[in-house]
Amino acid sequence: MSPKPGNESATLTPMAGRSGRWYSIRLEYDSSRTRSPWWTPILSVVLALLLCAVFIAANGMSPLVVYEKMFRGAFGTSYGFTETMVKAIPLLLCGLGIAVAYRISVWNIGAEGQLTVGAMAATAVTIYFPDLSSFWSITLMLVFGTAAGALWGLMTAVPRTHFGVNELITSLMLNYVALLALDYVVFGPWKDPKGFNFPGSPMFTAAQSLPVLGSTRLHIGLVFGLVAVLIYYLMIRFTRWGYELRLIGANPTAARYAGIHIKKHIIIVMLISGGLAGIAGMAEVSGVTHKLMQGISPGYGYTAIIVAWLAKLNPLGLIVTSILFGGLIVGGYSVQTIGLPSSISEMLQGAILFFLIAGDMIHRFRIRRSA
Amino acid sequence: MQDPSVEMRGIVKTFGAVTASDQVDFSANAGEIHALLGENGAGKSTVMSMLSGVYRADAGEILIHGKPARIRSPKDAALLGVGMVFQNFRLVQSLTAAENIVLGEKSSFWRGSRWIKRKHEEIEALGERFGLKFPVDRPIWQLSVGEQQRVEIVKTLYRGADIIILDEPTSVLTPGEAEQLFETLQVMKQAGKTVIMTTHKMKEVMASSDRISVMRKGKMIASLMTGETDELELARLMVGREVTISRQERAATAGEPLLIVRDLEVAADHGRKALDALSLTVHEGEIVGVAGVAGNGQKELAEVLTGLRAWRTGEIRFDGSPVKTASVRGAIDSGISHVPENRMKSGLAGRLGSVDNLLFKSYRSGEHSRFGFLKAARNRSWSQELVRRFNVKTPELDTPVQQLSGGNQQKLLFAREVSHRPKLMVAVHPTQGLDVGAAAGVHELLMELRSSGSGVLLISEDLDELLQLSDRILVIYGGSIIGESDHEQADREQIGLMMAGIRSREGSAV
Repeated sequence: MSPKPGNESATLTPMAGRSGRWYSIRLEYDSSRTRSPWWTPILSVVLALLLCAVFIAANGMSPLVVYEKMFRGAFGTSYGFTETMVKAIPLLLCGLGIAVAYRISVWNIGAEGQLTVGAMAATAVTIYFPDLSSFWSITLMLVFGTAAGALWGLMTAVPRTHFGVNELITSLMLNYVALLALDYVVFGPWKDPKGFNFPGSPMFTAAQSLPVLGSTRLHIGLVFGLVAVLIYYLMIRFTRWGYELRLIGANPTAARYAGIHIKKHIIIVMLISGGLAGIAGMAEVSGVTHKLMQGISPGYGYTAIIVAWLAKLNPLGLIVTSILFGGLIVGGYSVQTIGLPSSISEMLQGAILFFLIAGDMIHRFRIRRSA
Repeated sequence: MQDPSVEMRGIVKTFGAVTASDQVDFSANAGEIHALLGENGAGKSTVMSMLSGVYRADAGEILIHGKPARIRSPKDAALLGVGMVFQNFRLVQSLTAAENIVLGEKSSFWRGSRWIKRKHEEIEALGERFGLKFPVDRPIWQLSVGEQQRVEIVKTLYRGADIIILDEPTSVLTPGEAEQLFETLQVMKQAGKTVIMTTHKMKEVMASSDRISVMRKGKMIASLMTGETDELELARLMVGREVTISRQERAATAGEPLLIVRDLEVAADHGRKALDALSLTVHEGEIVGVAGVAGNGQKELAEVLTGLRAWRTGEIRFDGSPVKTASVRGAIDSGISHVPENRMKSGLAGRLGSVDNLLFKSYRSGEHSRFGFLKAARNRSWSQELVRRFNVKTPELDTPVQQLSGGNQQKLLFAREVSHRPKLMVAVHPTQGLDVGAAAGVHELLMELRSSGSGVLLISEDLDELLQLSDRILVIYGGSIIGESDHEQADREQIGLMMAGIRSREGSAV
C-alpha cells in the first residue's frame, strides 16, 4: 500500500504561526517526468546569455556589443561562416555518437579519446601506406579511423556489460590513455624528420587530404556528418533496431521482459558511438590540420556532450546545435580583438549545460500547496 | 493498569479508491513487544507509517503516553520518541555507520577527530547495551544486510526513541540473525521501551511477542495476548472465514497437460534457494491458481517460466517438448505470455504510446516488420484495432501510457499478451491496484482465455480472486508446493493455514 511509485513528496518547513494556523508548501518529486518540454534548450541558451552578460558587464564591456561581435564573427561573413561549419563537423559527428549512446542511458564521455584514436589510425595509413591513390588513401583512412574509434568504444562497452564497470569512469579514463598515446607517436615514432624537431607527423599529401570547398577550409567531412545524421534518423524512426533502442531507453526492465538483449545493444551502441567519433578524428586530420599533432581536438569530444544534450538527442536538432556551438567557438576568437578572452565562449557553453541540466531536474518537481 | 504508550483510535487512510486503513484502533504498552500481524497489503505498514509520520491519517487520533499528538512528519514523530526501522533501510551507502547515525544532528558545529571519537564510543556503548554489534567506522556498503539493520536500530535509539517500530524486520535476515534480533528486542523491552513489529510470519510472532494484533484488509480484527492463542487461531484470523465467494461458473475444458514442471530448483538473486523441488502441471483450458504469502518463490516461479531466470536443476516441459534453457524470446515464441507483477515497472514503457507498447513482443514477426524495418502504417491500424477491441480508453494512440488509468494500462497489457494467442499465460497479481470494475474485466479476460483452450497460471495473494477463478489452487510455501485443492473442494481456511506453512489441521508448522 503506497502511493504511486516514483512520487515522493518532501515537506518543506512547515510554518507554524502563533495563531496555530498551519500551512506548508510541498515539493512533489515525480521521477516519471523524464522528458522536459521542447523549449527548455532555448530557455537555457537565453538564460546562459543573460548570466554571462553580467560577467561581461563586470569587465566594463557592453554585453550587447560583445554578443553582436561574436555573432558577426561566427555568421556575419562567409569566411566566419565556413569556419563555423568547420568546427561544427566534429561536433556533429561526436554529438551524434553521444546521442546514440545516451538514448539507452549509456553515458559515454569518451568521445574525445575516440576522436583522438580515430585521428591516429587515419594518420597511420598515411605513414605506412604513403603512396596510395587518393581514393584508396581516403577510403582506408576512413575505415581505419572508424574502426579505431569503435574499438575504443568497445573497450568501454565490454567492461560495462561483462563486469559491471561504470562506463563514465572507463570512457573518461580512456580519453587520457588516447591523449598520451598521441603524445607518444608525435614526439616519437611518427615525428616528421623534416619538422625541425617540432612534435607532429609529416604533412599529408594532397591524395591523403579530404577535398575542400573552393578556397575555404570547409571539407567534405560535412557530408559525412549529414549522411550519418540522415541514416541515424531513418534507423531510429523506421527500423526494429530503432524500436529496440526506444524501448530500452524508455524502460530497460520492460525491454528485458520483451526479450531484448540489453548487453548486446550496449555493445552495438558503443561501437557506433566510438566509430562516429573516430570518423570525426579522421576528418579533422585529413580535412583541417593535414597532419597529426598535439591538441588535435580542442575538446570537441566534451563540447559534443553539450551539443547532444542541447539537441535533446534529436538527430535533426543536432545539426542546429552543432552549428550553434561551432559559431560559439569561432565567435569566441573574434571577441579577442576587443580585449576579451576567448574563454568567454567556454563560459557560455558551461552556462548552457548548467541551465539545461537544471531544467531537466526542476521539471520533475511540482509545487503544491497543502492546507 | 498503566496507560498505553501508544494509542491510535479510528485511524482512516485511503489511497485513491483503496482504503488501506479503515477505522483502525491500536494500542501498545511500554515494556512490551507487540506484533502486528497480517498478510501483505493488510494495512500494517500503512498504520505504522502514520504513527511514524510518513503518511498523515485522513481521520482518527493518535495518543502518545496518553497525550493527543499531532504527527505530521517523521520529525514530529522523532520529537515524540517514535522511531521506525523501515524494510528498505534509509542509510547513505557511502557514509560510515557512525556518520549515518549522527546525520541530522545539529548540536555541534565543529566536528574534529575528538568529537568523532567520542561519538564512536557513544554509539558503540549504545550498541553493546542492546546487543547490536557492527563496525562503526566502516561505510554502509561494506556491511551485511543484518549489520545495516542494526545500524538502523541504533540510529533510532540514538535519537532517543522509546517507541520503536520495526517493519517486517526479519524479512531480510538469516535465521541466526533473526534470533539475535529477538534477543535485542528483549533487551529493549527490559529497558522499558515499546517495541512494535509488523510481520506475516506466525512462528516468529509466537516465539518473540507479548501481544498480537491482527489486521486483515485494512481492518483491525483482534488483539490477543500471545500466551492465550495459537498459530491455528491466528491463521484463521489472518485470512478470515468469509464464504460468500461467487465462484465463476464453468464448463469442464481441461485437456492435455500443457506445462509440466518437475523438481525445479532455482536460486534467488543473492544465491538463496528460492524454489526447492517445485513440481506442478497446467493443462490446456485450465486456470491453476498459486496461493501464497509474498516472498515464498512466486516471483522466481514466474520468472523461470517466462525465460527471465535460469534454473539449477529440474525439468520443464512445455507443449510436449522439453525447455532446455531460459530464454525470454524462446518463451515468447513458444506461446507463453506474461502479465508481470508491476505493470509500470516491467510490463509497459510509460513514456511511449500505445503502438510501441503493443508491439513489445510481436515486432519481430513478419506481420509487423520486414527486413528489419517496421511496417509503420500497418502496425498503427493493428494497434487501433486492439485498442478498440479491448476497450482501452486513451485520448490518442500516441498518448504516453503513463497517463492512462491503472485499469486501462492493464487492459492494454492484456491486449498485447492475448493478441498473439498464447498457449499459456503466466499472470502475476493481475488485478493489483485495480478498482472493482477493472478487476472484473481482467477476470473475464482470463476466463475467456480458459474457454479458448489456453492454460493460465494465476499467481496471486488475493485468495478471493483465486477461489473465484481457479480450477485448482496450489499453495506455495518456502519454494515448494505444499498443498493442492480443486475448485469444488477449495476451502478458504485450509488454504489459509497452508499459506502460513501449516500443512494439516493438526497445526504442525513445516
